[in-house]
Parts: sequence; structure tokens; C-alpha cells
Amino acid sequence: MQAGELITTDQQGRSGNEADIQLAYDVLEEVMDPEVPVVSVMDLGIVRDVSWANGHLNVVVTPTYSGCPATEYIETSIRDALHEAGFSHPKVLQRLDPAWTTDWITEQGRNRLKAYGIAPPVGSSNKRSLLSGVTQVECPNCGSDDTEQLSEFGSTACKSLYRCKSCLEPFDYFKCI
Amino acid sequence: MTKYDELTEFLLRLGDSSLIHAQRLCEWTGRAPALEEEMGMMNVGLDLVGQARNWYEYAAERINDGTDADALAFRRDERAFRNLLLVEQPNGDFAVTMTKQFFFDAWQFHLLTLLKDAKDERIAAIAAKSLKEVTYHLRRSSQWVERLGDGTEESHQRMEKAIDVLWRFTFELVEKSDTELALSESGSIPALTELPEQWRATVNEVFAKATLTVPDAPSTFYLSARTGMHSEHLGILLAEMQFLQRAYPDASW
Ligand SMILES: [Zn+2]
Repeated sequence: MQAGELITTDQQGRSGNEADIQLAYDVLEEVMDPEVPVVSVMDLGIVRDVSWANGHLNVVVTPTYSGCPATEYIETSIRDALHEAGFSHPKVLQRLDPAWTTDWITEQGRNRLKAYGIAPPVGSSNKRSLLSGVTQVECPNCGSDDTEQLSEFGSTACKSLYRCKSCLEPFDYFKCI
Repeated sequence: MTKYDELTEFLLRLGDSSLIHAQRLCEWTGRAPALEEEMGMMNVGLDLVGQARNWYEYAAERINDGTDADALAFRRDERAFRNLLLVEQPNGDFAVTMTKQFFFDAWQFHLLTLLKDAKDERIAAIAAKSLKEVTYHLRRSSQWVERLGDGTEESHQRMEKAIDVLWRFTFELVEKSDTELALSESGSIPALTELPEQWRATVNEVFAKATLTVPDAPSTFYLSARTGMHSEHLGILLAEMQFLQRAYPDASW
């Protein structure tokens, strides 16, 4: 509920249209992940819905990992960016279901990860590939397939640590979930 | 209306087990045998804290007396905690830590797999989300159990000792509970009747590869998380975990 909705009328509420939704999407394209600042929240596929309700903009997001410390930061960044773009009291709602999957990372997002030196998730997130864990990850530096996993968990929950046996560079791999 | 009922207790069992296990993992900060393992344990811990929060938020909404996830974590006493006895056990050496992790991961994995089809949509959503993370946890801990069990003479011995220390607490992972039976009959959660067998199968499979012996079925004893009868270790853990919020209520930064 927006502040002031109980007794007084919501002075800042107005009706929205297609152009507002489009503008909101444009703004969201510029809200970056704090830990991987080259991919936007749109690239990550965590924005599930943008709509107009009760005079204000509503954005529905889903967290990447249950304990991801960036979740709240991202929600605040989204709210701030939309506010700055002229939306009054934009609302950011969290939705758990369906759970986020790396399959939702856009093609652009994958390319940006790779250019940044992070290998994008390989394959689909189906249960079998998760359990067996057999994946061939391409080195983002030299493109070699001859890589090995150093550690299941990397600098953040969403990455694991790999090493390229061709160019010998270590790199992060964005895990498939 | 306040609903501190059986379903709430069940949610607390899930939330408390994740949180207490995560708190134990935190104790490895700065002390793990290798940097990669430290990152691994901290990442697993972080996932579990997030999962605990999701279960607590749902529990708090049901309890509906002004409590919230933080209050459930930091302002309840030992006897109110419903976490598995297993997860409150001290970390010991790396073998104990990994064996504990493996027993817990296998239990979580099979439990969440069942719960993701719960009719209660909130439970199904949290379970489906958590399961993705737990799948990684289980893969990692299974690999460690294999590597240490089938490793050097010393690592094998330490694993046998770790199993010896922890095994008796696993009765809770395979016990049948009237509460859960009632919950599944009322339709809130799916039947968990398969869970003990699934847990045993995973343990048997991984232990076989690890050349470790599976002990005889553990028997129940006087302690039980379901009634808040914990081992002496939980109180000490809570004293540390809850200190800040107890000493400086509502402190924030
Ligand atoms: Zn390379």
C-alpha cells in the first residue's frame, strides 16, 4: 500500500500507459548487477513483470540465490533508478515462484559476461546436468575447451572457479542453476 | 489469528536446521584448510541463511503476533528451537564437518524434492528455490566424502571416526513422525514416507564409493529436536549467535 492511501487520496498516483512501461524497461536496462557490473537486471532475467497498478508502477523481481546479499541492493537500485526517471513511488515486489534459472539470462547478458571474463552458464538447468556436474566450460580468455574446475564455489554464490589449461588463466564460471 | 500449529512447527524445523547449520559453517571463517574450501563453506552457509529467512518469514506470518524472521532467529530460547540435533554438533575436524554436511545435504535434498510438489504454494516455491542450491551442496559434500574416505589411511580413519561421532544423531533424519503424517493427511505437505529410505540409499551409495562402512540403524534416545530437547551444544552456539540482538535489541547498521 502506498503511503497516504488510507485516508487522503494518493496525490501522486496517476494512470499509466504503454509508454510508461516502455520507459520503465529502458531504465531497467541500465540497472546493473552490483557484483557483475556489466550485466543489467534485464540481462540476468530477474525482472519478471512490469505493470501499472493503483496509480503506480509495479516491478516484480525474483532473487537469484536465496542468500544472495545483492538482492536487497538490487531492489533499492531499481526503485531509485525508476524514481529518478520520474516514476513516483515505484513498487518492487519479490516473487519466488518460478525459481530463477540461468536459462533466463539473455543472449546479450551471456555475451557481456564473456567479454567481462566470466564464462556464461553452459547447457540447460535440468536436474540431471546439475547432479552429474559434467560440463565443458569454454575459457573466456582464449576460447579453449581444455579447462578444469578448481572449486565448486567461487567469489560469489553464483560462480565457481575454473582454470584454463591452455592459456593457464584462472576464471569465474557462472554456474548453471 | 495466531497460528502456532503443527505446520508452523514444521516450518521452524526447516528454518532452524538451515540457520544453525549455517552458523556452524561460519565458525570456519579464517580457519578452513584451503581458501577454496572456505569460500565453499561460506557460500553454502549464505544459501542456508537465505533459505532460513524464507521459511521464517512464512512461519512469522502464520504466528502473526508481530514477530518476524529476525525475532525468530535471534530472540527465541534454546527450547524453542526445532533444528536437527545433527546440525548443532560441533564442527570437529574437516572430516566431521564434511560428514555432517553430507548427512544434512542428503536429508535436505530428498525432503525438498518431495516438498516442491506441496499443495501449499508457499512451501512448494521455497522448496523449489532451495533445491537448486542444495543440489550443488550435495554434489560437493558427496565428492568430499568419497575423496576423504577413499583417500589416505589417515583421512579414511578420520572419516570413520567422524561417522562414529555423528551417526547416533541421524535417527532424526529417518524417523517417522506423527506430526508430519498428520500434515500430509491434511494435505499441507506431501507424504514423507519415502524420505528415510531415500536418505539411506544416498548414504549407502556414497559410502560404498568412499569405502566406508554404514553403521547399523541408529536408535532414538532421550533428546529430540521436535520437543526442543537439545544437546548441550546448542545453548552455547545461540549465546554467540544471538548476543548482539540480545544485548542491543533492534541494533542495525
Ligand atoms: Zn584460456
